[in-house]
Amino acid sequence: MRLLEYQAKELFKEYDIRVPESIASKDIESGRKDAEKIGYPFVIKAQVPVGGRGKAGGIQKCHNEDEFELKYPEILNMTIKGEKTRAILLEKMTEYEKEIYLSLFLNRSKRCYTVISSAEGGVEIESVKDQVIQEVGLGEVTEKVAKEVAQKIGLTENSIPHFVDILQKLSKLTVEKEAELTEINPLVILKDGSMMALDGKMMTDDNSNFRHKELAKYQEKTELEKKAEESGFSLVELDGNIAVIGNGAGLVMSTLDMLTDNGGKAACFLDVGGTATTESVYEALTLISKMKDVKAVLVNLYGGIVKTSIVASAFLKAYDDKIIVLPVFARLMGAESEKSKEMLKDSETKLSPSIEEAINNVVMEVNK
Amino acid sequence: MTDIFELLKGKGSEKQPVIVQGITGKFGTRHTKLMMEYGTNIVAGVTPGKGGQKFENSVPIYETVKEAVDATGAKISIMFVPAKFFLGAAKDALEAGIKLLIAIPEHVPVQDAMKTIELAKEKGAIMIGPNTPGVMIPDLIKIGIMPASPFKFGNVAVLSKSGTLLYEISNNLSTSGFGQCITLGIGGDPINGTRLIDAFDMVKDYPDLDGIVVVGEIGGDAEEVFAQKIIDENFKKPIVAYVAGRKAPKEKRMGHAGAIVMGNYGSAESKIEMFTKANIPVAKRPVEVPILLAGKMEKK
Repeated sequence: MRLLEYQAKELFKEYDIRVPESIASKDIESGRKDAEKIGYPFVIKAQVPVGGRGKAGGIQKCHNEDEFELKYPEILNMTIKGEKTRAILLEKMTEYEKEIYLSLFLNRSKRCYTVISSAEGGVEIESVKDQVIQEVGLGEVTEKVAKEVAQKIGLTENSIPHFVDILQKLSKLTVEKEAELTEINPLVILKDGSMMALDGKMMTDDNSNFRHKELAKYQEKTELEKKAEESGFSLVELDGNIAVIGNGAGLVMSTLDMLTDNGGKAACFLDVGGTATTESVYEALTLISKMKDVKAVLVNLYGGIVKTSIVASAFLKAYDDKIIVLPVFARLMGAESEKSKEMLKDSETKLSPSIEEAINNVVMEVNK
Repeated sequence: MTDIFELLKGKGSEKQPVIVQGITGKFGTRHTKLMMEYGTNIVAGVTPGKGGQKFENSVPIYETVKEAVDATGAKISIMFVPAKFFLGAAKDALEAGIKLLIAIPEHVPVQDAMKTIELAKEKGAIMIGPNTPGVMIPDLIKIGIMPASPFKFGNVAVLSKSGTLLYEISNNLSTSGFGQCITLGIGGDPINGTRLIDAFDMVKDYPDLDGIVVVGEIGGDAEEVFAQKIIDENFKKPIVAYVAGRKAPKEKRMGHAGAIVMGNYGSAESKIEMFTKANIPVAKRPVEVPILLAGKMEKK
């Protein structure tokens, strides 16, 4: 789960990591009350689950009520890199001496947690040259290791204890909430050497959600995504007009790549999963029928564990119930594909022997 | 390092005994039958609470892996337990002396996978997975959930993060005359018991090896680290790669827990760049894999 800044900061507070005074809201009425509480000037920050919002105008200073009335709705209605603003955070401005970078992330090839820190902060970490990278096993950062990191990034004596304290708290948070990434960028050093988290980003392990009921309130899923999860398949909504369905994440990604290469635009990524049944695929088709802007459906199946006939039955049922009225282009391979082709031959589904041909046909269809 | 071929093939004519953890569940039952049909020597099942019963009137079921190991001497176990119970079941297997653990379950928490890997290291064991379709030597042994039809015996090793793409690409290889000496699913999770580089170490010295096919996907840096290793070891046999997810949006999990791009970390561009640097051609589509492999073999 990708936490928004204000959600990450709530957890920071719980773990006693200092953050500026701030209040989150989702409509301008509550925003006005928050503005009064915080007092001008403050910063208006778009809460979106994607990086680079500063450059996109999603963070703006606000000095008075007139500016507030103008900027709050503007930022609330923003879409940044395809993501709508989910909430607005009003945050007190902080005076500081220096910005640094600190994160803990799951190092997949080393199979351990890793601390990344740098004396340069407030910019994307990819562009920072002098990064200190320290592997920390299953995640608990000892005082000794935290001190080493602090010294390596060249902090002054009066800042080191503050850094050690924050890094240890951050590692506790990371391990306890089973995060794959926790990032403070920038972490700022104040005049007295103490530190404060000006931004916060967290990505937790969805597979550990069952152990973290306390995080459930942060789950931001669209209705479609919720339904998909209940039915046991994965769905990612995209902004094109061709719904892409298949079995297996790799195969569906591969289909999406080829479709895009050929000028098609996917409306969604839908993996029916390894335990698909006729009912669950029927449910998937129902979801797609409710998606706006979809003009055609592209199906790519390699039957193995999930027999293609299971999917064929779902399509026949969906045609009978008038769930799908869209043109469907399909390639069926593997287990029971001959049987499935026979089942679908009199239906509206246009079958192709190869995925390349199915893609060409679907792209022609939506462009006609 | 444990020799995976030796572990899978066994010595002499006796087939390697395999234990199934979670043999009585719906998924476990179905795939145990399919593995037995393929010729895998399933000698015991483990389901707590069902010890003393028999699977299909032939395979004895035990309460714990230890009892199953004591009775059969098996060193291999395949797991079909729910993700929530994965850690406990994996510990049970490793403590009992299992040397090759095939972890099928999807949705295993990352921290549980990391703890299992630490224990496996301690015990000198290998875990493949979690979220793997399994491992097989075509025509000899299948320990996993892959269908039988795409695979034919030969001299190419296929290492894949994805299940269905492993089937699709192996099928393309088989129909083009490239059989496989081993096919191994790395798994689609962020943390893998057997990483791409580990799998490479397992297959690189196989005497009849003609080439390797790597089926990667966005997320993490397994492909980059693999490519670097090929450069460092100056490995000369033909390798061809495929990377799924070139057109996937950033910061979205694409079906697999591990298939997510964060910044540039895990991007297809980064993987393709490293493969290219290691002189490994990358297919744009699955059907191109055998063509590129044939090209690589001719050049040799």
